[in-house]
Amino acid sequence: MSQPLFEIRDLRLSFADHAHKPLFGASPRIEVLKGVSFDIQRGDVIGIVGGSGSGKSTLGRAMVRLLEVASGEIRFDGQDITHLGETDMRPLRKRIQMIFQDPMSSLNPRHTVAAIIAGPLRLHGFDQIRERVDLALSQVGLPLAFRSRYPHELSGGQRQRVGIARAIATEPDFILADEVVSGLDVSSQAQVLNLLERLVSDMGLTLGFISHDLSVIRRLCQTTLVLHHGEIVELATTEALFDAPQAQYTRDLLDAIPLPEVSPGWLD
Amino acid sequence: MSFLKLEGLSAQVGALPILRDVSLQVEVGEVRALVGESGAGKSMIGKAILGTLPEAIRITGGSIHLDGENLLAMAARERRHLIGAKAALIPQDPLTALNPARRVGPQITNRLVDILGWRRKQAQARVIELLDEVHIPAPERVMRAYPHELSGGMRQRILIASAFAAQPRLIVADEPTTALDVTVQKQILRLIRDMQQRHGTALLFVTHDLGVVSKLCQSMTVLYGGKVLEDTTVDEFFQSPAHVYSAALLAATPKYTDPDGSLMSVPEAVTRSVEAEIAAHDHRRPG
Repeated sequence: MSQPLFEIRDLRLSFADHAHKPLFGASPRIEVLKGVSFDIQRGDVIGIVGGSGSGKSTLGRAMVRLLEVASGEIRFDGQDITHLGETDMRPLRKRIQMIFQDPMSSLNPRHTVAAIIAGPLRLHGFDQIRERVDLALSQVGLPLAFRSRYPHELSGGQRQRVGIARAIATEPDFILADEVVSGLDVSSQAQVLNLLERLVSDMGLTLGFISHDLSVIRRLCQTTLVLHHGEIVELATTEALFDAPQAQYTRDLLDAIPLPEVSPGWLD
Repeated sequence: MSFLKLEGLSAQVGALPILRDVSLQVEVGEVRALVGESGAGKSMIGKAILGTLPEAIRITGGSIHLDGENLLAMAARERRHLIGAKAALIPQDPLTALNPARRVGPQITNRLVDILGWRRKQAQARVIELLDEVHIPAPERVMRAYPHELSGGMRQRILIASAFAAQPRLIVADEPTTALDVTVQKQILRLIRDMQQRHGTALLFVTHDLGVVSKLCQSMTVLYGGKVLEDTTVDEFFQSPAHVYSAALLAATPKYTDPDGSLMSVPEAVTRSVEAEIAAHDHRRPG
């Protein structure tokens, strides 16, 4: 097997719990990640699932170096990036992109769609920015007329497409998508998922897909990682995980999903 | 007789129709879902019933009868009192529904004191009783807590207790579990169902989630663009949805048990045909 794109070893991270700070001395620490290890293979679509407070968003942000870990190791494409400074990270940033949950708060409201997509391109010194912006727009299925629109003029699904266009414009190897469809209606949700699926195969992307929604993960991901209280409770191919969940927590999660079909007694 | 009856309710913002000739009924003790995607007008109907529509929205026709009385024909003060006594809301996001700077106890009791004229002691005793009923341990301590000190599930339990406190006959629940984890969601749905059954309350459950509808509700109204497309029982809907849009929406809802189903979205042909239906309706009833 070729070298994994990401190799994560024993990641640990804690935050100060200021709500319980004693009168004297330091606040106690809350352990958010308690030794997380896994690999992401090239071309994989890995779902990272868990409840609120499971540490799934923290894990994602730590992997792409938006958060500093207390200990452990993160290797990207064979290189140890755990403690790289921002200058050394810079060339890697165009290869590692993120799409966030709420496109309205992650897109600058005063910038046009074209300026938003051009942002990372300028930052990383790309040429032919106009052409690249147009290419990204067409890849996410938005008409070029959208160049001059502002985020507030777009629907939720369209804004999320702009977020995706910005992420793919630098032709990254890896995209981390954090709850990107949870605020959308089922029809825009399906469109955004279809788009991600197509981009993964067209661009040879590797995708980390953080979500609380197992039904969405089942449709999109090849591998699924279940996180609970900062620990991996299960990591398997999506098929195996859904067909024969091993961890009790995974089974609890599956049991709690209300499938759209009548089943008397489900609530009892 | 229906406890809640909307007939031909229409509303608009400026010239833009928000609700189009909406009729629906909720019987005593019935659990009805109000289903639609964003912009369908489902929350607006809830707000119209509870008299909390934003000022910019003008009701242009129709009636809302609550327990036999037409809310739209009453003086504002009288209407507020009737709604306060007979109906209540379980909101979507308990964190924004609660004032972060104030302890939760007074926020719940105030409603009983201000709207229903209860004495504070009496209101407090009632709320503690209700917190106990929604399985909140140490209710006296929780009443002194600030909203941020409680988990999302706990906050939602408090708002459920608050909604049931004045013994309303109708509760409007507006996406009350959307912000919660699935495991907590199941507990909260069970709690709402148990409370509803124990108190015999009618429930209008506003949601976009067909999964939740199938588990909790008996009947449902499907909306699109402020217009009722289908009014049916939950059993019939999930067996054979009558409207082409309903069928498309059901097919677009992801199911983890159906991995081979492609990622479908509501086909454009369907939304176009629904929009044509709505345009034809607007044309027939100008204004």
